Amino acid sequence: MYDIRVHVGEGTGLAEASAKNRPAGGHLAIGLILPVGAAVLYELAFRSGLVEARLMPPPSRIFQTLWKLAVNGELVTHIVATMYRVAAGFGLGSAAGILLGALTGSSATARQALDPTLQALRAIPSLAWVPLFILWLGIFETSKIALIAGGCFFPVYLGVMGAIENLDRKIVEVGRAFRLSRTALARRILLPAVLPDTIVALRSASGLGFMFVVAAELMGASEGLGYLLVDGQQLGKPDQILASILCFAILGKICDWLIVLVARPFLTWQDSFART
Amino acid sequence: MLTLEALCKTYPNGTEALQRVTLDLQAGEIVALVGGSGCGKTTLLRLVSGLEHPSMGTVGVDGEKISAPHPAVGIIFQEPRLLPWLSVAENIGFGLDHLPKGERAARVDEALLKVGLAGYGPRWPRELSGGQAQRVAIVRALVTRPKVLLMDEPFSALDALTRASLQDHLLALWEAHRPTLLLVTHDVEEAAALADRAVVMQPRPGRVFADIAVPLQRPRDRLSADFVEVKRVILAALDGSLSAPAADVKTQGAPSGWW
Ligand SMILES: Nc1ncnc2c1ncn2[C@@H]1O[C@H](COP(=O)(O)OP(=O)(O)OP(=O)(O)O)[C@@H](O)[C@H]1O
Ligand SMILES: [Mg+2]
Repeated sequence: MYDIRVHVGEGTGLAEASAKNRPAGGHLAIGLILPVGAAVLYELAFRSGLVEARLMPPPSRIFQTLWKLAVNGELVTHIVATMYRVAAGFGLGSAAGILLGALTGSSATARQALDPTLQALRAIPSLAWVPLFILWLGIFETSKIALIAGGCFFPVYLGVMGAIENLDRKIVEVGRAFRLSRTALARRILLPAVLPDTIVALRSASGLGFMFVVAAELMGASEGLGYLLVDGQQLGKPDQILASILCFAILGKICDWLIVLVARPFLTWQDSFART
Repeated sequence: MLTLEALCKTYPNGTEALQRVTLDLQAGEIVALVGGSGCGKTTLLRLVSGLEHPSMGTVGVDGEKISAPHPAVGIIFQEPRLLPWLSVAENIGFGLDHLPKGERAARVDEALLKVGLAGYGPRWPRELSGGQAQRVAIVRALVTRPKVLLMDEPFSALDALTRASLQDHLLALWEAHRPTLLLVTHDVEEAAALADRAVVMQPRPGRVFADIAVPLQRPRDRLSADFVEVKRVILAALDGSLSAPAADVKTQGAPSGWW
């Protein structure tokens, strides 16, 4: 005979849901172990006389320099100058990237007409434009912002164009089956579908923005974090150079984090965003 | 009320996917479209949905010609095709934009309840199993209360148990408003379980081979002798469609009194 037993399951709790809501503080602490640990070790090595400190100052001296710059107000001036350039260049470059990427991504004609030229321009190392920009736009803000904008443009352009090209046609068809108008299709299907790739592109563009602001400021500026670098080199102040580098690290991280923060509410549907 | 008249479709690459298909569906009728791979079932559904245009012939709903997606015609694809950036509830309400918020929410909740997914509204599609996602896709098409519902092998990716339970869900949903249902399947059991009529198609070029009435009462007992017999008849027609000479096009009526 068959012996069939039926087990009725217990109620499933909501335990799985609560695991997701772990505070983000834990991740932050884990991430800090390596840099803070390295700094503390180096400080200890310096205090015990194990390392020569003239060219590689210990963290305490870097913070001292930073503090001095902060107190006399110079640091703010430099940060504001640099951030203004990055923001303007990044804003202009990524706006142009989004517009042109959307255009070439959605229209085959536009792609045939524009993409070869843009790809050729992309092949030119951005820094090669510097002499020309200086001739055309002068040595002040405009040429710096143009350089940064140029650097930020390409990752955004490529990212947006690729995202639209790779759009899942099956999902677009759902929009058509529900008789969405062209604008509704763009707003309800296209935009959310290309958003993740666009955010990734913007993040890499903001990284490039900082790279190019340093290049621009190294080549001649009277203020800005890049100027602090040059100044520190010429006056033999490695602590000032390292203080500036530290500022770049922190500002770059903050900008990246801001982009993620703004984008997060729109991307919680993604696996990757649910996890971080 | 759904009429396909001498429908032909030749793709730009020269493939003759459909050749003069004529079908007539009564209001509230469930018709299963059965046939071997590549005989034009998906093509036929896409023509009826208005997503694709026929090379010749017409599709009409209540006498109105279909040339673009039509509010009275809903379609469910082989994959759920849920929008990953919308919650389950928002996915279901996707076609209800014109309704006031309250009524939309009420319809969505009612739909979730009917397919056994009450409380799943706030979830993301990625948090659903395949069968759950397909249930959501079904109600997404049904909440707009289309007069005609097209389904392209909606359960083919699921295991037999899930499939049987979803077929029951589908029938329960269909009961509420009794849309005309055109269902593509390659599963003879599915055709016998759901359909009032099974239309068997023949490939290269795609056309109707046999039109078999299924004279079974609902609910149907899948183990009954009648049910098994219906399955046998459809299967026999299917075999015939694949081995019959490609040249002669004929439509068989249901053999009367065969059960
Ligand atoms: N977009 C297309 N362009 C050219 N030929 C196509 C296209 N779509 C389908 N075909 C061809 O049309 C014929 C019918 O295809 P269709 O997808 O309608 O078959 P089907 O009955 O749905 O098959 P299956 O059961 O495998 O899903 C096939 O020979 C196929 O190769
Ligand atoms: Mg198919």
